[in-house]
Amino acid sequence: MSDNPSASGAGRPGAAQPATASSDLSAAAQIETRAARPGGAWALLVSELTVLFRRRRTWALLLALAAVPVLIAVAVRLSASTPQPGRGPPFLDQVTQNGLFVAVTGLIVSIPLFLPLTVGVVAGDTIAGEAGLGTLRYLLVAPAGRVWLLVVKYVGAAVFCLAATVTVVTAGVLAGLALFPVGPLTLLSGDTISLAESFGRALLIAGYVTVSLLGLSAIGLFFSTLTVVPVGAMAATIVLSVVAQVLDSLPQLDWLHPWLFSHYWLDFADLLRQPIDASSFGANALLQGGYLLIFGALAYGRFATKDILS
Amino acid sequence: MSAVGTTAGAGVGDLAIETRALTKRFGQQTAVDAIDLAVPLGSVFGFLGPNGSGKTTSIRVMLGLAAATSGEVSLLGEPMPGRLSRVLPQVGALVEGPAFYPFLSGAANLRRLDSADRAAPSGTRRTRVARALDRVGLTNAAGKKVSAYSLGMKQRLGIANALLMPRRLLVLDEPTNGLDPQGTREVRALVRSLADEGTTVFVSSHLLAEVEHVCTHAAIMSAGRLVAQGTLDALRAGESRVRVRTPDAAAAIRVLADAGLSAAPEPTPGDRGDARSTDPWVSASLEVPSSGRVAPPQPGNSSAPGQLAAAPEVLVAALVAAGVRVRGFEVQNTSLEDRFVALTGEGFDVVR
Repeated sequence: MSDNPSASGAGRPGAAQPATASSDLSAAAQIETRAARPGGAWALLVSELTVLFRRRRTWALLLALAAVPVLIAVAVRLSASTPQPGRGPPFLDQVTQNGLFVAVTGLIVSIPLFLPLTVGVVAGDTIAGEAGLGTLRYLLVAPAGRVWLLVVKYVGAAVFCLAATVTVVTAGVLAGLALFPVGPLTLLSGDTISLAESFGRALLIAGYVTVSLLGLSAIGLFFSTLTVVPVGAMAATIVLSVVAQVLDSLPQLDWLHPWLFSHYWLDFADLLRQPIDASSFGANALLQGGYLLIFGALAYGRFATKDILS
Repeated sequence: MSAVGTTAGAGVGDLAIETRALTKRFGQQTAVDAIDLAVPLGSVFGFLGPNGSGKTTSIRVMLGLAAATSGEVSLLGEPMPGRLSRVLPQVGALVEGPAFYPFLSGAANLRRLDSADRAAPSGTRRTRVARALDRVGLTNAAGKKVSAYSLGMKQRLGIANALLMPRRLLVLDEPTNGLDPQGTREVRALVRSLADEGTTVFVSSHLLAEVEHVCTHAAIMSAGRLVAQGTLDALRAGESRVRVRTPDAAAAIRVLADAGLSAAPEPTPGDRGDARSTDPWVSASLEVPSSGRVAPPQPGNSSAPGQLAAAPEVLVAALVAAGVRVRGFEVQNTSLEDRFVALTGEGFDVVR
C-alpha cells in the first residue's frame, strides 16, 4: 500500500512527457486520499452490518423469532393444566417452576425450523441479493475485492445467526421474568446455580446455537453465489436444512449422522450440567468449521472467477 | 514497483483504455469479437452501437466483471484484471444502468457503495457524497428512499456514484438513459466539465446526438465487432462526396476521373415533376481512394482520414473549363448518423 502515490506515474512509461492535467489531478487526489486516510477494508464490513440491521426484513425476521418463546410462555401461562413431563417440547414442564426455561424451550422449538429459516433467508441473500439488485457490479468495480466481499458477507450472516439466537434467548428470558417465578436454576445434574450464573448459561447456549448455524450459513453463502435469484438460494438452503434433519432421524443412515451439519443442533443440554461438559460443543464446532471450510472454498471457487452479468 | 507498467506496445502510456483482440464468447455466441479499442487519455470517447452490439459486454470485461475469452485489456496503462485493485479506484463507472438498494436513501446508497472502495477515506465520506449529489442536482432528494426515485433520478444517482472520488477515467454506459431533455443537457455539460478537468470520459450510447455533442473520439460497434474508430471529425469526414448535376454526365465523369475521383452516374430519381430534376446526378467520393474503406483503428494516425483528393472549387473550375454544364454542385459531408447506419445496417432487427 505504501507505494500507492507513485502508481499513476509508474503505470505510464511516458510519464516524463509534459504532465497532463489528469495526472496532476490524480496526483493531487491521491495525496488528498492519503492525507485523509483511506477507509480501508473494514468500512465495507461496518456498512454491511449497518445495512443488514437497518433493513426492515431483518427486523421482521428477528421479531418473528422473538415471538416464539413469548407465545410459548403465554400459552403455558393461560392454560389451566400444568404441562406434564414428557409431553410437548423438552423442558416445557419446568417452565412454570422457573421462567428461565422459557428461553431454553423457545430455542428448542426454534432450532429445527424457525432459526434455519431466518438464517437461510439472510445467508441465501448474501451474494444473490446484491446480484439481483444489480449492486453487486458496483461493489465489485468500487472495487470491494471478490474475496473480501465474500468474507464480509459471511461475517454478516454469522452476526445475524448470533443476533437471531440472542433474540430468542432474550425474548424467552424476558417473557419468563414477566410471567413466571424466576429463581436459582436446578440443572440437569441436580446442582443449583444462582440467577446470575443461569443468565450466563443462557448466553452460553445462545453461543452454542450460533456456532451450530455457521455451517448452514456457509452453505447458504455458496448457494447464493450460484444464482441471481435470491429466493432460489434461500429456498435451497432452507430445504437442505430440513433434509439434513430428516436424514438425521433415519436410523438406517447411522453412519451418515455424525457428518450432518444438523447433527449436534439440539445437543446443548450438556451446557446445563455441572460441571459443563464441553465435548458436544467441541464436536459441534469442529463439524461446523469443516462445513465452513468446504462450502467457503466452494463459494470462493465459484465466485472468484464468475462473470458478473447481472 | 519496477514491474509496474511494463505492458508491451508503443504509446501505451497515452491510452486510457486499450484492448487487443478482446473477445468474449458465451457458449457458441460471440458477444465481442476481437476488438482493438484505443481510447486516448484526456479524450471524450463515444462508444456507439445498436442495442445488442456488445458494448456493455465489452465494458464488463474492461472493468473486470467478466473474464475475456481471449485478448487483453489495459486500463490507465495497467493490465486488467491483473491490476484491478490498483486501477479501479481511479475509475468511476456506470454499468448497464444504475442499481441501488431500494430500501436505502440516495445518500445512504452512495455511502454504502463508497465504503466498498478501500481507497476512499471514511472521514470525508459524507462531504464527498454531498458534493457528488450536488453535482448531479439531487441534493433535495438525498434523504429520500431510492424506491421513490424516478428512473431519471436513479440515473443521476448512478452518475453521482461514479463521481464519489476524483477519477482519471469515467466509464458511463448509456448515461442519459431515462433522462428528460433537461437532464440530458445537464449530463452533457457535466461530461464536458469533467473532461475539462482532465478526466477521460468513455461514454457508451446508442444515441448519436449524444455522442456528436460531447465526444472528441468515437468507435462504432456492430454485431460484436469494432467497425470504425477515430476522432469524431475523421469519422464524419470519412465519406465526403461530391455530387454534380449535369446533362453532360459522361464528360463530367471523365473530368472527375482526371482529378483522381472515380465518379459514377446516380440512378435517375424518376419523375419529380421538376423538369430540371431529369438532369442526372454524377457523384464521387471525395476521399483518397486508398482510404475509401474505413481503416481499421489506428490510434496513432486517427486524424489522417478526411484528406480530400481534390478541393471542391478546383473540381468546379475543371468541370466548367471542360464545358460541362454544371446545374448543381454539392459537397455532402456524411453525418455521423449516415456513417452509423452505413456501418451497422438499417432497421430494427437485432443482429443476433
